[in-house]
Amino acid sequence: MEIFGITSQAFFGQLLLGLINGSFYAILSLGLAIIFGLLNIINFAHGAQYMVGAFVAWLGLTYFGINYWVSLFVSPLVVGLAAVVIERTMLRHLYKLDHLYGLLLTFGLALIAEGVFKNLFGVSGESYEVPELLQGGVNLGFMFLPIYRAWIVVAALSVCLVTWYVIERTSLGATLRAATQRPDLVQALGINVPVMVTATYAAGAALAAFAGVLAAPVMQVNPVMGSNLIIVVFAVVVIGGMGSIAGAIITGLGLGVIEGLTKVFYPEASAVVIFVIMVLVLLVKPAGLFGKQA
Amino acid sequence: MKLKQIAQAVSLSLLCAAAAQAQVSDGMVKIGVLTDLSGVYSDVAGPGAVVATKMAIEDFLANEKPSFKVEMVSADHQNKGDIAANKAREWFERDKVDVATELVTTSVGLAVQKIAKEKNKIALISGAASTAITNESCNDVTVHWTYDTYAVANGTAKAVTKGGGKKWFFLTADYAFGHALEKDATDVVKANGGEVLGSVRHPFPGSDFSSFLLKAQSSGAQIIGLANAGGDTINSIKQAAEFGITPKQSLAGLLMFITDVHSLGLKATQTMYLTEGFYWDLNEETRAWSKRFFAQHKRMPTMIQAGQYSSVMHYLKAVKAINSDDTAKVMAQMKKTPVNDFFAKNGTIRDDGRMVHDMYLLQVKKPAESKTPWDYYNVKATIPAAEAFQPLSASRCPLIKK
Repeated sequence: MEIFGITSQAFFGQLLLGLINGSFYAILSLGLAIIFGLLNIINFAHGAQYMVGAFVAWLGLTYFGINYWVSLFVSPLVVGLAAVVIERTMLRHLYKLDHLYGLLLTFGLALIAEGVFKNLFGVSGESYEVPELLQGGVNLGFMFLPIYRAWIVVAALSVCLVTWYVIERTSLGATLRAATQRPDLVQALGINVPVMVTATYAAGAALAAFAGVLAAPVMQVNPVMGSNLIIVVFAVVVIGGMGSIAGAIITGLGLGVIEGLTKVFYPEASAVVIFVIMVLVLLVKPAGLFGKQA
Repeated sequence: MKLKQIAQAVSLSLLCAAAAQAQVSDGMVKIGVLTDLSGVYSDVAGPGAVVATKMAIEDFLANEKPSFKVEMVSADHQNKGDIAANKAREWFERDKVDVATELVTTSVGLAVQKIAKEKNKIALISGAASTAITNESCNDVTVHWTYDTYAVANGTAKAVTKGGGKKWFFLTADYAFGHALEKDATDVVKANGGEVLGSVRHPFPGSDFSSFLLKAQSSGAQIIGLANAGGDTINSIKQAAEFGITPKQSLAGLLMFITDVHSLGLKATQTMYLTEGFYWDLNEETRAWSKRFFAQHKRMPTMIQAGQYSSVMHYLKAVKAINSDDTAKVMAQMKKTPVNDFFAKNGTIRDDGRMVHDMYLLQVKKPAESKTPWDYYNVKATIPAAEAFQPLSASRCPLIKK
């Protein structure tokens, strides 16, 4: 059976790949959406934090024997702590100023991180093995699905759901949202707003690092892996609506599928299609598909 | 503003022309190394090429004791043709640079060779790949030194097709280099009795090749030709293993460098065929030079870096021989003199600018076969210069009279 000129086998295979990539985009854009949605900071260092997360996993494995499963927790912790330092020493002074200053600072930090890692490791990248438990694959009939890719979907979507739940459905999340909308009132109620802000930034960075560890066995761990993806992630968040957590998740998945289908029918455009959609969405609904803006 | 620049350039060149009568202008030769210092090709060329150039200059000054000074400048073109063009212009017009070298990335090579012709300076291309440099875009101030898409495609595709890999599918980087490599390899496959079942073009640079590899897998081809380079090739190989495509189907890396193998490891690349213009472990001479290079750069040289040393040394020797840095005279001297060093034996520079030399068909060792670090290849065959490169009879270069 043929769908639009290609076999149904190939079609479903590409669709599944699109879903896998989509869940990866979702977890990547989640951290960015949180930081922007709650703190109003455009965190251009997100790609660098993703890259550092992957490198921490690789360094951990190569020099300290820290295996993949432990790295899934250790790496976000390390990057989260570094983010706390950044927020306390640098970002905090920029909240009163225009968005652009935060963007410039984080962009500069990203360039520094990339430069340092390029100097230390070169650009060819390092190999990170798929952990033994997740090696091999399953023949689904229409395609061979590597177990690791299935794991990416499970891990990414679980973390996305948990994060969304915490922010939108728990009292901690409610406090967080309130603290960013009316920090003065919330502070007056005795809640330590600066600590919450720091914790939120660290959480966003930790999510980026988590995505980095997920990606390490699939893509070479190299210093430019973040800068290659960051632009796409920004497009996803803009389309989804920069304030919306659910929007980032759903859009990430959706765009993964659309990109996957483009790769089937017109592969040369697959890098561009997300930006075309971004332009269309911005023209029709500037706040993004799920965005809420005054 | 523009008129003023033209007037300045004209008067400057007249002055220079008056001075450069059988002597090196300003008593100095200035070599520009224009390379990718921090991007996707910085490992195969980049800072290593700068190191190689420094070594060439130091060796030349120590061994030949010339009457003129030699200086080097370097810059990062970031793989962008416009940045490279601006830098080359600045170098040639303002900074008295005599020769632009390295020039990895095809768009850079093509742009700078045009500017070199415009300014009557020399372009020594080591890193760029496309055969267009010595065909449609050829000129008489350019030497294409190390390799080109024809040479690497010819070596690898011929060996693999003859060895039984008759059905091919290409995964191609969607820009000039990828297209050129795919076309050259397709011609070789067909000429040796194989067939090409199809191809898919991926955006350059890419990071996830899973859906393109899936297409390759469903095509039923025995051989998946990777018409890309650098990080794209590395990720393609890695993800092909992940999706169970290898070892059932085989991959042919049409342009691979020793740094790619080093980064992937032998487990992922074992038994792959590739064609290179240089291998550090070929003989005593290559080993000696490479060990010196390693001491400075901490990695073994790629063919681009070795070729960079070779081309700069050849240029400097030519300048010394005729005691002049006049472009036409130096080009004539370089073409007259065969290239005999650790990089090439009996290499010659043809009228289309192509430096022809032996190429090597290599196969990546299995992990158990490798005894020392960087001990990665078995040399399967030496492809003699006359066979390795596109013959002049097929040339599309306007300079070649048929």
